[in-house]
Amino acid sequence: MSDTSANSVAFVRTEQVPPSPPPFQTSGPVKWAKDNLFSTPFYSVLTIVAAYFIYLILAGILPWLANGVWGTTSLAECREVLDGVSGGCFSVLSERWNQLIFGFTYPSELYWRPALAFLIMFAAAAPVLFFKLPRKLLIITALFPFVAYYLIWGGTIFTPILALLGVVVGYFVYRRLVAGSFAAGFFGGVAAAFVVWIIGGMLIPENANETAMLQAVPSRDLGGFMLNMMLGVVCVSLSIPLGIALALGRQSNMPLIKWICVIFIEFIRGVPLITLLFVANVMLAYFFPPGTSTDLFLRVVIMITMFSAAYIAEVIRGGLAALPRGQYEAADSLGLDYPQAMRLIILPQALKISIPGIVNIAVGLFKDTTLVSVISMFDLLGMIRGPILASTEWNGVYWELLGFAALLFFVVCYGISQYSQWLERQLATDHR
Amino acid sequence: MSTITDPPQGAFRLSMLLNDTRYRSYTFQFIALILLIAAFAFLGSNLISNLTAAGLNISYQFLGTPAGYDINQTLIDYSSQSTNARAAFVGILNTLLVAFLACVTATIFGVIAGVLRLSNNWLVSKLMSFYVEIFRNIPVLIWIIIIFTIMIAVMPGPRAFRGDEPSASMILNAVAFTNRGVYIPAPIWGPGSMVVVATFILSIVGVIGYRRYATKLLYDTGKLLPMGWPSLAILIVPTLLMFLIMGRPIGLDVPELKGFNFAGGIKVGGPLIALWFALSIYTGAFIAENVRAGIQAISKGQTEAAGALGLRQGRIMNLVVLPQALRVIIPPLISQYLNITKNSSLAIAVGYADVTATLGGITLNQTGRAIECILLLMLFYLTISLSISAIMNVYNNSVKLKER
Repeated sequence: MSDTSANSVAFVRTEQVPPSPPPFQTSGPVKWAKDNLFSTPFYSVLTIVAAYFIYLILAGILPWLANGVWGTTSLAECREVLDGVSGGCFSVLSERWNQLIFGFTYPSELYWRPALAFLIMFAAAAPVLFFKLPRKLLIITALFPFVAYYLIWGGTIFTPILALLGVVVGYFVYRRLVAGSFAAGFFGGVAAAFVVWIIGGMLIPENANETAMLQAVPSRDLGGFMLNMMLGVVCVSLSIPLGIALALGRQSNMPLIKWICVIFIEFIRGVPLITLLFVANVMLAYFFPPGTSTDLFLRVVIMITMFSAAYIAEVIRGGLAALPRGQYEAADSLGLDYPQAMRLIILPQALKISIPGIVNIAVGLFKDTTLVSVISMFDLLGMIRGPILASTEWNGVYWELLGFAALLFFVVCYGISQYSQWLERQLATDHR
Repeated sequence: MSTITDPPQGAFRLSMLLNDTRYRSYTFQFIALILLIAAFAFLGSNLISNLTAAGLNISYQFLGTPAGYDINQTLIDYSSQSTNARAAFVGILNTLLVAFLACVTATIFGVIAGVLRLSNNWLVSKLMSFYVEIFRNIPVLIWIIIIFTIMIAVMPGPRAFRGDEPSASMILNAVAFTNRGVYIPAPIWGPGSMVVVATFILSIVGVIGYRRYATKLLYDTGKLLPMGWPSLAILIVPTLLMFLIMGRPIGLDVPELKGFNFAGGIKVGGPLIALWFALSIYTGAFIAENVRAGIQAISKGQTEAAGALGLRQGRIMNLVVLPQALRVIIPPLISQYLNITKNSSLAIAVGYADVTATLGGITLNQTGRAIECILLLMLFYLTISLSISAIMNVYNNSVKLKER
């Protein structure tokens, strides 16, 4: 009893034994593979099938990418260099790069202008997309449409300046009158802008186009991916306000306005975009005053804007319907009138709910801009199917060109959808 | 109190039209009506003056005149001497055909991809999310053209099938993939084949009856009859017996290489295949997302509760999760079907003769009747869309959760 443990116990460990690593099968990559790849026989089979499938795809594409040829001037030359080896003929991309991006009739010495407009677009879009940036940057956004118009189309500088002037005058009239009532402010502002435009239109000298600083480029010379980008950006920005107006109109308790909006939305949503583009191409000209010729670009913008506005209106209607009734009643009980209630209480919340839907529509719209190639506008796909694949040098280079187009669209659309997910997380103020 | 709630008595003033909520909505609607009438009058007068200037009128007589063009893929008899109306009808049938086929396959692709994307298998779920992202973010027109290019540029020509050592061969000696289209065997309906078909239809009725009876027996007595193999037996055995008794009345007309091309069988044109496959694989990606969202919308507690009741994995899916998930999945699924129908108008890009390509394409260009053709075209698509929406509303009302 009184003996010390050193005498009674044969062995005492004096130091801590380091823990041995877990068995090989229950840790590390083996365990991970067991849990995630081979957990059941069925999953094992699936894994093997999937792995084989991935192998087949990679085995097809990787050599084709790795052996790709850049710098030849025609498909025949490219095949000579390849000498029977499977490989992509990417020289078509470098050789026809300008055509793919700008179309084949845009004057080549003026490429810097749309490129500059493209760069300014990022500065203009940044304050809209990222709320934390200084609000002063919105001035760039406000000026961007006029600057971009002038850069891309050129011509007399009076046109964008006059347009800007009309908007500024309209804005100040709106600010003056909005204190009385929103309707008076809104319609007064629009009327003032129109007055400025009409008066200004008379004042612009006749020969302004010839003495222009930037050479004028007609709309039919636009093409390539630039055309897709322009249609996408213009139509999305125009269709969001129109869509909000349609959604509010559909919720309105004035029967006439409600039914106008319902019929418009259901009609547009019931027909494919391509029939609307046919309307733009062959039918819309009949509805313009005789003697005026509006260019195809404008007509297509009108139709695509109407198309996406109808879809955006439905998304926003969903957002409006998702708001609890109490929000509307709270606004009423505060004594706010309809425009105030909408601007201050309802729309900020409804638009927040609708953001994922609106972004989906925007992505779909951007993808749908490729449809203009069907009515013989030479957008990216139209350029590929028309002038490039029909040329003697590059007849038969399908995969490089179509893959390039697919890649461009994928990068843009995937980027937009990732942004929308980020925005949703930023705006999530509810507790979950 | 009554002094406050009473409407102000007093003469009607003009400013009340804008400031008094009782009259304001009438003012706005009146302005809207005036603007609407003005807009229609403006557009209408422009239309009339433009038409008279061009020496045109609005008339649908062109529908009765011979179309004068051939259509390579028709479901009904058609020749270039047929009327424009019949050409449009051929187009409508072709639209419905490709839309129906694409809806079926898109659902299959979508359900498989959506379920597999939720699986615990890391590789498979990653592969499926890759599929969904790739197809959702690239325009469907590019997919249609890519698959059409595969059909015409990669598939072997009929010449590759000839010779002693052909470089291409028919699958199972019955299906030939060529750059002119896919040739599949056509059934030959011999005498007595109707009996076999009737037997088959009766067996389907029989299977449904058997399953109803088994369910009823289960609910009434708790006795569980086997479902799987008896259904299969009822479905196949009588038809097979009748087929043999009647002396094999249904044969197959297998396509054969004759001369420079295949003869016999049914030729499914490359444009149809391209459109069908592209639409189904593109829309399948969207349906996969709907399916995934639907399954994820069912809370885990439902699965666990079903497990606690002692249900097996398959029954949890069939009896608890799917009935609830379908309520979430079906409305977007139907609007995807609508999208397929509308996107099938892209047929014009690959030369498949759907209604947009016949009525809105060749007929329009040959007769110059742009307004009439496009109005008819829109009318067709509107009819389809509105009837599908009507079906969807009926369905939504029938599955709506009956709440307080």
